[in-house]
Amino acid sequence: MKPAAFTYHRGRDVDGVTRLLRELGEDAKVLAGGQSLVPMMNFRLARPQHLVDIAGLRELVGIHNDPDGALRIGALTTHHAVETAPSTRVGRNHAVVREAMRWVGHLPIRTRGTVGGSLAHADATAEWCLLAILLDAQLTVRGPDGERAVPAADFFHGYFTTALDSDELLTEIVFPRPAPHSALTEFAERHGDFATVSAAVSLDLAEDGDTVRGARIVLGGVDALPVRCPEAEAVLSRDRPGTGGVLDECAEAAAEHIDPPSDDNGSAHYRRLLTRTLVRRACEEAMTR
Amino acid sequence: MTASTPPHSTAQYENSQLVSLQVNGETYEVVTEARRTLADVLRQDLGLTGTHLACEHGICGACTVLLDGAPARACLMFAAQAEGSAVRTVESLADGEELSDLQQAFSDHHGLQCGFCTSGFLMLAEGFLAERPEPSRAEIRETVASNLCRCTGYQTIVDAIEDCATKRRAAFQAQLDGESP
Repeated sequence: MKPAAFTYHRGRDVDGVTRLLRELGEDAKVLAGGQSLVPMMNFRLARPQHLVDIAGLRELVGIHNDPDGALRIGALTTHHAVETAPSTRVGRNHAVVREAMRWVGHLPIRTRGTVGGSLAHADATAEWCLLAILLDAQLTVRGPDGERAVPAADFFHGYFTTALDSDELLTEIVFPRPAPHSALTEFAERHGDFATVSAAVSLDLAEDGDTVRGARIVLGGVDALPVRCPEAEAVLSRDRPGTGGVLDECAEAAAEHIDPPSDDNGSAHYRRLLTRTLVRRACEEAMTR
Repeated sequence: MTASTPPHSTAQYENSQLVSLQVNGETYEVVTEARRTLADVLRQDLGLTGTHLACEHGICGACTVLLDGAPARACLMFAAQAEGSAVRTVESLADGEELSDLQQAFSDHHGLQCGFCTSGFLMLAEGFLAERPEPSRAEIRETVASNLCRCTGYQTIVDAIEDCATKRRAAFQAQLDGESP
């Protein structure tokens, strides 16, 4: 279908955009890469009166390494720019971020879709939402009255809802600490489509490379938000994952923790089976990093 | 570069705006509604009907064009968003009646049957090969998964893209060999 009529505004800088958003109120939507918003408008699931195109805000494009080891990615950086970033930009400590990009849509989606757009859209199966929760990201948000940092754990409120106010703009995502032993994997009927289930694992390994000091397991596609699985995480911290049966127990704990929906993509039972398989696979990948 | 008059004149719409587009090396100025997608404007205002439009929500890839060299869905962006970028459509490939090497490879390998999806696949492959001139077959398969073809079963499309990439590399190598003393 064709989208409903709207007034198009082109942003020049962050301050101007946030002021305009305050003026326009709830009737306005921010347009970044448009890879989620435009399909929703074409279906007329979204009918904003005003669109504020922020693609010209080049200050929001870029990948930066801080001296303290943090990785900062500007909100308007495309998935494809992260996917093809050299290892000097996205190094071994954050390799999971780059490697997860191959799961984001398809190439023509990744060349247009942006990091910030995906986070602000807050689809519970989106790879960026999983990565943000997995790696304790900080989301930098700017409004007409100033800037604030929102921890990922507080950013996502539910299906397509976030901590962003209608006059605020997500400007940057910061991954504060290195996470070399991390992996994200998923299953979709067609590679590149929305994941039926996705699983991400990050391990804090001791020097022996075998003992887990801490673990985080996050699932997508099983609830309105990315879901953490504390029971499954505890299994990994209790016993060496290399020893027999520990990964099976961990995967089982994750599958028991969730209460997944049944829909066209799969029944709740099928999602549990996928969870078991994918958690195990992500753990194995994270261990070998 | 010349400013051309669009073949179809546009009526006055509410929320209309002037959009300047650079398509296949030519500059066009179009007065159009903000809600018109790049695909709509290419087809209806510029008369470039080689870009096909099917699902209108980014699933099928029939409308794939190149935006500054990178494949993008023309149904998932408004025409105004393409201002300042170089747009390439399937019309840019052939030189008159002579097919481009990629088009010829699709023909040679029967990489099409009904042809509806073909312009999207061609532009996807053109952008992909520009970035990855030496792709593995697996990479080609993963890339073409973004577009839907209901005739070929994809094998022949993968064959065509692989063959085109091989021939381009051979031609480039021959050029290098010819230049060396």
